[in-house]
Amino acid sequence: MKPPLFVYRAPRTLDEAVGALASDDDAVVLAGGQSLLPAMNFRLAAPSLLVDIQHVMGLKGIRIEDGLIVVKAMTRHREFELDEAVRHANPLIAEVMEHVAHIPIRNRGTVVGSLCHADAAAEMPMLLMLLGGSVVAQSLTGRREILAADFFQFHLTTSRRRDEIVVEARFPVLASDAGWAFDEMTRRHGDFAIVGVGAVVRLDAAGKAIEVRLAACGIAACPVRLTDAENLLVGTTLGASDLAAAAAAAAEVVAVPDDMHASSAHRRRVTATLVRRMVAKAAARARERIAR
Amino acid sequence: MSTRMFGARIERNVDPKLLRGEGAFVDDIPLPNALHVAFARSPFARARIRSIDARAAKTRPGIVSIYTCEDIGDLDIEMPLLIPHPSMKYPQTQRPLARDQVYCVGQTVAMVVAVDRYAAEDAAALIEVDYEPLAVEIDLEKAVLDGAPLVHAEVPNNIAAHFIQVSGDPDDAFVRAEHVTKIRVQVDRSTAAPMECRAVAATWDAVSGELTVWDGTQAPISVRGGLASILELDEDKVRVIAPDVGGGFGQKVLLFYPDELLVPMAAMRLGRPVKYIEDRRENFVGSSQERTQIHYIELAALKSGEVIGLRDSFLHDTGAFIPYGIAVAQVASTSIAGPYRIPNIWVEFKAVYTPTVQVTPYRGCGRPQACFAIERAMDQLAEELGIDRFEIRRRNLIGEHEFPYAREGLLFADGLKVTLDSGQYFKALGMAAAKLDAANFAAEQAKARAAGRYLGLGLACYVEGTGLGPYEGGRVRIHPITGKVYVNTGLTSQGQGHDTVFAQIVADQLGVKPEDVIVVEGDTKAFDWGVATFASRAAVVSGNAIHKTAVAVRAKTLQAAANMLEADVDDIELRDSAAWVKGSNRFVPLAAIATASNPLRYAFNKAAQAATQFAPASRHDGPPLAEGQAPGLEATEYYSPPQSTWAYGVHAAIVEVDPDLCSVKIRRYVCIHDCGNMINPTIVDGQVLGGIAQGIGGALYERLEFEPNGNLLNANFADFLIPYATEIPNVEVIHLETPSPLNPLGVKGVGEAGCIAVGAVLASGVEDALRPLCAAKFRHVPLTPSMISEALEQAGH
Amino acid sequence: MTHGRIKPASPEDSGDPKIDVEVIVNGEKVVRRVSVRMLLSDFLRHELGLTGTHVGCEHGVCGCCTVHIDGRSARSCLTLAVQVNGGSVRTIESVAAEDGTLHPIQQAFKECHALQCGYCTPGMVMNILARFEEPTPLDLSDDGIRYILSGNLCRCTGYVNIVTAVRRAAGLLGRA
Repeated sequence: MKPPLFVYRAPRTLDEAVGALASDDDAVVLAGGQSLLPAMNFRLAAPSLLVDIQHVMGLKGIRIEDGLIVVKAMTRHREFELDEAVRHANPLIAEVMEHVAHIPIRNRGTVVGSLCHADAAAEMPMLLMLLGGSVVAQSLTGRREILAADFFQFHLTTSRRRDEIVVEARFPVLASDAGWAFDEMTRRHGDFAIVGVGAVVRLDAAGKAIEVRLAACGIAACPVRLTDAENLLVGTTLGASDLAAAAAAAAEVVAVPDDMHASSAHRRRVTATLVRRMVAKAAARARERIAR
Repeated sequence: MSTRMFGARIERNVDPKLLRGEGAFVDDIPLPNALHVAFARSPFARARIRSIDARAAKTRPGIVSIYTCEDIGDLDIEMPLLIPHPSMKYPQTQRPLARDQVYCVGQTVAMVVAVDRYAAEDAAALIEVDYEPLAVEIDLEKAVLDGAPLVHAEVPNNIAAHFIQVSGDPDDAFVRAEHVTKIRVQVDRSTAAPMECRAVAATWDAVSGELTVWDGTQAPISVRGGLASILELDEDKVRVIAPDVGGGFGQKVLLFYPDELLVPMAAMRLGRPVKYIEDRRENFVGSSQERTQIHYIELAALKSGEVIGLRDSFLHDTGAFIPYGIAVAQVASTSIAGPYRIPNIWVEFKAVYTPTVQVTPYRGCGRPQACFAIERAMDQLAEELGIDRFEIRRRNLIGEHEFPYAREGLLFADGLKVTLDSGQYFKALGMAAAKLDAANFAAEQAKARAAGRYLGLGLACYVEGTGLGPYEGGRVRIHPITGKVYVNTGLTSQGQGHDTVFAQIVADQLGVKPEDVIVVEGDTKAFDWGVATFASRAAVVSGNAIHKTAVAVRAKTLQAAANMLEADVDDIELRDSAAWVKGSNRFVPLAAIATASNPLRYAFNKAAQAATQFAPASRHDGPPLAEGQAPGLEATEYYSPPQSTWAYGVHAAIVEVDPDLCSVKIRRYVCIHDCGNMINPTIVDGQVLGGIAQGIGGALYERLEFEPNGNLLNANFADFLIPYATEIPNVEVIHLETPSPLNPLGVKGVGEAGCIAVGAVLASGVEDALRPLCAAKFRHVPLTPSMISEALEQAGH
Repeated sequence: MTHGRIKPASPEDSGDPKIDVEVIVNGEKVVRRVSVRMLLSDFLRHELGLTGTHVGCEHGVCGCCTVHIDGRSARSCLTLAVQVNGGSVRTIESVAAEDGTLHPIQQAFKECHALQCGYCTPGMVMNILARFEEPTPLDLSDDGIRYILSGNLCRCTGYVNIVTAVRRAAGLLGRA
């Protein structure tokens, strides 16, 4: 399974990179290559030009400022996952990333790359949706920020224009009193999620939920915020019947038909289960944080 | 003699090389100037080929040649039917390159030879084939119905073979029965998926007229014979080498795959080495698959639980072709009664063509399917009669005093009636029960349920006919320069550790260290009498052949040493690579004996010089080499087993099912296993553990998903789910050693043991776990979370 | 068979555009001119003759091709040779000592019968080695070791002995 032929360029500056991308309708950005190379080896993707951005100045690194964790285009998954400052600012991130493929893939694959690839069952796009983050895209004509909800359109499709390079992703930090949780059901460890659910919960002193964020991957054509479920939980004490109602609402969102890895009915069951469990776990962590 | 090697858990000789990355798999072998092959393959399961246009492909730079069926001369044949059988009325095999029609997605239509694989794939994609798609029926049960599209026009109802076997009087048994249980079970299609895909490389020496083929095959001698025959070369002019091979599991024993004929042909025509390195997608659509069977099995029982009769009728999916004959179905049908008495058996199968990849044996070769059927049926019978699952088995297991236990009318793959030769079935079942504390499990299960956890216990027994003939050979030679011992046999290893296991046998006879025994397999130039590695036969057949041979060399060595040391033969012992006079310091190194046994040997080295210090190795009047005597310390012997020898085991597990996620976790897995005397228990463990992992794959994960049009949806590792380490639990393997009475070493085969019972164990366990929530029976593997979810939903959860 | 027949024309090149790749492999600088699309797995195996790295799937799932790129484990089948230009690669051939003495991970594999056919083994060893070389603490429980090993398929061993070998290697290396 060898890739088809392409022209290869490895620009050193962002201007060169966007210029190269604009020069060819079938040009594609190569960052970590962990999604692109398998597609090319299967000959499902046949870009005419690969723009390798690994040597472009200014695309490495992670910084935290103004409540945002900013991760640049060439930051590998594993760097992001192991970064101490990131763990401190948002512990949900490392917890989600443990589920992203396997370590050798995370050593090369990039966070931004996973977001741009936008597999509907992938964890990182769900994470960006859950936290309400954004990406920043650069082209010859300028730079723009795209919110997560506007970025993910469909399985493997984002609103990034063909001639844009996403240069960074922005993940909000977690509030210091927020609880978090993520889990997914896969067939094997490291596979794409059959269903993955992430939760962020904040409680008031009386134990009522004042903020609930829920997102899922693997249940629709792109990652989704489970807003109906969220609305059913805000203002409640997250008791068993509240969780059950939210779980039922979340299960309704499942739009993926039966596929070889799971039936639609199974996905609904798993979604409901994970919503119950993740909300409970996030709430427990929120209480722990408040207690401290 | 020093420490006995037979039975010792010694480390493998071959490991350092493999660990350092110094293995030589086919694609590792440097063949300068080699050309590379890619195939254009059919995207349709059934189609007529209207035309093939390779013009655009031929003009690509780096393309040397493109072949269709029109270009391969005498190779445009239906490839050999390896094992004919009277039940096969319409055996069909494939052509190396399709002519007129294609019969499965992935079938080879054209071969591209290019300077590298990248260019070859480019060109293959440019070959334009005009197909006229035909109707297909993939579903096994629908394929036999009247009106179903035919895979082969001349084969009515797609039935490739129909075979009924009868043992005892099953009709009478069913009349006498006090209770009859009937169930349907289904096993879905899987594939061996060895980590190394198939590979063939060939060079042709036009000057000497010799063809050399490196082939990742389990059957180099058989491949050599077939190639010589088909290419019309003398066998002596064809050398086949199976180098290091990265797993076989049966997939690599089939011959011929199209490339095994076409690559040598191309090498002969093009005057350059030619290589075909199958890629993973091709392995999925081009290399053999197995497992699909649907059984309707009935047990006729007395109220006591004694099973007096069995009827089984099954459909076996053989794919589009049947080159290996009915082997898988035959092994399944003759294993159907497991380790149980069941004196009256009626078993029928229909091998059915479907327009999919051909089916040939994959580890287990029908035993997993048969075990699944009988064990699920025994569980059901137990439930219907209100008898404990362990107890019902106790009431039916063949007792030690009943061996040999024959099943008249069931002919095993050795052509003889099934005869279970030895075992301790009761003991094994008891050990499994004890290991899992089965007697107290109900209490543990109840406690767990109270805490909202669903634990279940599953068990299954199996038998495994092993050590198939017809024969294997061994050659053992003590080398005169180094004193090391060289061993050859006709079959090969794909990871089973023959280099060490066979060395242990020889080490015991000749008093050398196993590291000083060098086993060379897999090169027809080194040794070319034999069959292949399959059906769990290497230890039994080659092991005994090598043992016989080592015994012969030992006798020669003792006699020669006695002559050289001027002592009685009975006073000589072999140890530390030398022959010693017992109770003294007098010895002669093996190298010296080997040297001295070859008269007129120039004194090239110390061993030769040393040899001259002793009396002649051969004491007699007359010529230096006596009549009937051969020079050197060498012998070649053969072993032909009288019949198969039957290994067996009992597996049991505790599983936990999460009814909210429908996931299955194996909490404990126990395997009681008996393959007779074990040459190297560590290697036996390895075979069993590996088999169990493949069994877990088949039980919970691995299903080839075909669309109704015959397209394979998961021809890749992302979607065909081979378990990682995270999906396989720790397994406790406990050995029983009931020596086989059928061969001098008392060994039975073990290669396939691990995978046979797993499906039945896990289905049984999941059923047991979910009993409080649903009465569903799980009789279809692989058993997936979605299937569990469906069952729970039907029960209102 | 070919006597008297004209030898067929024999092209040497596919015409792929070539590119220079300069990379440090197992500590040695290497400069080669190869096809722009050549995979790193093929570059190591066929251009450099380091056949210890094996190819199992070419889509990153089986782990047989695992090497170290810039000090971290990575799939050579999902990397273009040109992507390591200016970088460094380490393969299985660098792991044992010069005189052939096995590295403790390799030694542990041998002692624990953690390999059978040996095809997945180099990738398995490189993955474990990389994890051991990461400064993050090791979880040597069954689950923890299986987590490290996930991502490397083995069809022969059933993993049980590999888990034991990892634990033993950690002991030999003082990481237990």
